[in-house]
Amino acid sequence: MTQDTGAADLTSPLAPMTAGGSDQAASGGRLRKAAARSIAWLQAGPMMLVFALFFLLPLVLVIIVSAWDYNEYEMIPAFSLRGYTDTFEGCISGLPELCTILKTYLKTLKLCLLTWGLTLFIGFWVAYFLAFHVRSKTWQIVLSLLCTIPFWTSNVIRMIAWIPLLGRNGLVNQGLIGSGLTTQPIEWLLFSEFSVVLALVHLFTFFMVVPIFNSMIRIDKRLIEAAYDAGASGWQTLVNIVIPLSKPGIVIGSIFVITIVMGDFITVGVMGGQQIASAGKIIESRLSALQFPAAAANAVILLGITILIISALTRIVDVRKEL
Amino acid sequence: MGDKRPRSFYILAAFFAAYVLFLYGPMIAIYILSFQGPDGGLTFPMNGVSLTWFGKVLSGAGIVDIGAAFKRSLALGLVVMVVTVVLSVAAGMAFRKPFRGSSVLFYTAIASLIMPSIITSLGIALEFRLLDDFINKHGADVGLGWLADGWTTGMGLFTSGLGAHLTWTLPFGLLIMFAIFNRFDGRLEEAARDLGATPWQTFRYVVLPIIAPSVVGIGLFGFTLSWDELARSSQAIGSVNTLPLELQGLTTTVTKPDIYALGTLTSAVSFLVIFAALSVILVLQARQRRHGSDAGKGTV
Repeated sequence: MTQDTGAADLTSPLAPMTAGGSDQAASGGRLRKAAARSIAWLQAGPMMLVFALFFLLPLVLVIIVSAWDYNEYEMIPAFSLRGYTDTFEGCISGLPELCTILKTYLKTLKLCLLTWGLTLFIGFWVAYFLAFHVRSKTWQIVLSLLCTIPFWTSNVIRMIAWIPLLGRNGLVNQGLIGSGLTTQPIEWLLFSEFSVVLALVHLFTFFMVVPIFNSMIRIDKRLIEAAYDAGASGWQTLVNIVIPLSKPGIVIGSIFVITIVMGDFITVGVMGGQQIASAGKIIESRLSALQFPAAAANAVILLGITILIISALTRIVDVRKEL
Repeated sequence: MGDKRPRSFYILAAFFAAYVLFLYGPMIAIYILSFQGPDGGLTFPMNGVSLTWFGKVLSGAGIVDIGAAFKRSLALGLVVMVVTVVLSVAAGMAFRKPFRGSSVLFYTAIASLIMPSIITSLGIALEFRLLDDFINKHGADVGLGWLADGWTTGMGLFTSGLGAHLTWTLPFGLLIMFAIFNRFDGRLEEAARDLGATPWQTFRYVVLPIIAPSVVGIGLFGFTLSWDELARSSQAIGSVNTLPLELQGLTTTVTKPDIYALGTLTSAVSFLVIFAALSVILVLQARQRRHGSDAGKGTV
């Protein structure tokens, strides 16, 4: 503590010099405000710069390049909508048969809906348990940490981890055959849509738990007691009080899960055995073919759909108010 | 709301336990399987117990140069951690006063957080590719001839890779700072100011010690998110790979338990960092409780 006071002593003589006389107080206040503002810019500037260089500018470039021409090995900076027309090739002529891109998006939406429904159900009840049934603060922290720790470990490893369980000779098949329920190992457990959704739920339920828990913990417990005293059943309390008041958390969690799954290509790749197409995988495969404008066009389409979904969701709730 | 637990408690407790088992079960399975005997396969049962597969990974036999990827990821993770902590704390302080552009920064951070990673990654790849093309084609015209000679790419671990990771870690850092300052008592700073502390002294001796545990939390997020990052790195890392990228590559080719051993080693680093960070947070909190208030103890 001695060095604090030492430092304070050194600078305190300066204090009278900076405090202006009464006639200068007004301009001093303005100056201080201007100084505070420029300090705020200095403080926030570096982060803004990082986002400008590595997020905003790249995003603008994606949109620009999506309208460029390309050949087999490079992009050509000339206006062309080839990236888009190639993507939707055969969509009209091939009717009523759905073209590849539409089929892929439908499949992605299906994976997205399944994952969203499951993460919402699991996330809601996990958060409910933590917020309302765990009464001691310490236990609440310990159990929340228990849910968070896997989030700090590698996603790929958490995907690989399903192989010994779901594979042809995995634990699940061993158990099923051992118990006589089946004679043949079940093939669709791994490298299938089932395993993709399972892994997505496994990885991303966390993104549902945190915001819903945050909303629930802010609910005034007296509201629930009041409902109980007024004779509401547990179900009525849940539907009329807890769910409406948790809505912001539910919406934020949903935005997280939906945007992650819509753009996912790694989980779909690893857990689908690289056999399942998704919106994100289209971009990846265009990129590996070095067709940058086509990849960018697909990115713009994906971005558009994601923005549509988010704006529909934010209509339900003002997100900024809840943070 | 009596003291007796309602029936729903037991149902939800069982549900929660099942969820935790679902979270940890598969991971524990591969940690166990990484100790397979030399003849063991990718699934149970265990065929003896050995350290064979760890030896394989560490000696690099059969697998790409894991040691180098390990070091690269570690270095990148540490840099991302430091940058995330510094920029987040600074920006968090800025948000305590009104300033023009604050909502732009806020929404940019949120957008960066929820942007599908493949789009961010593609954008950064494009940015650097266009930069490379520009330097190669026009470098000499604009007086950058010295740069254009022998220029291959600006992409790399600590340029495009670092940027890609920061777009993922900084939003978390900023949101944690918001959470901290929502609970922060601003009167403590006023008191420091009134006692003649300079802004820097106020920050260094009043604000920082109070927010220190959460700042360690930001560091924890910064390192672990970078250490495990995959989607944003995928297109933007340049010619070398990070550890998660190597691991992902191995999922399609490797049929031996060495991939589990590598997974166990990678997780061990994660757990080590998590454990260290949580311990530091606990120690800091305990210190705060001990030194937090000297009210009623008289003058020191």
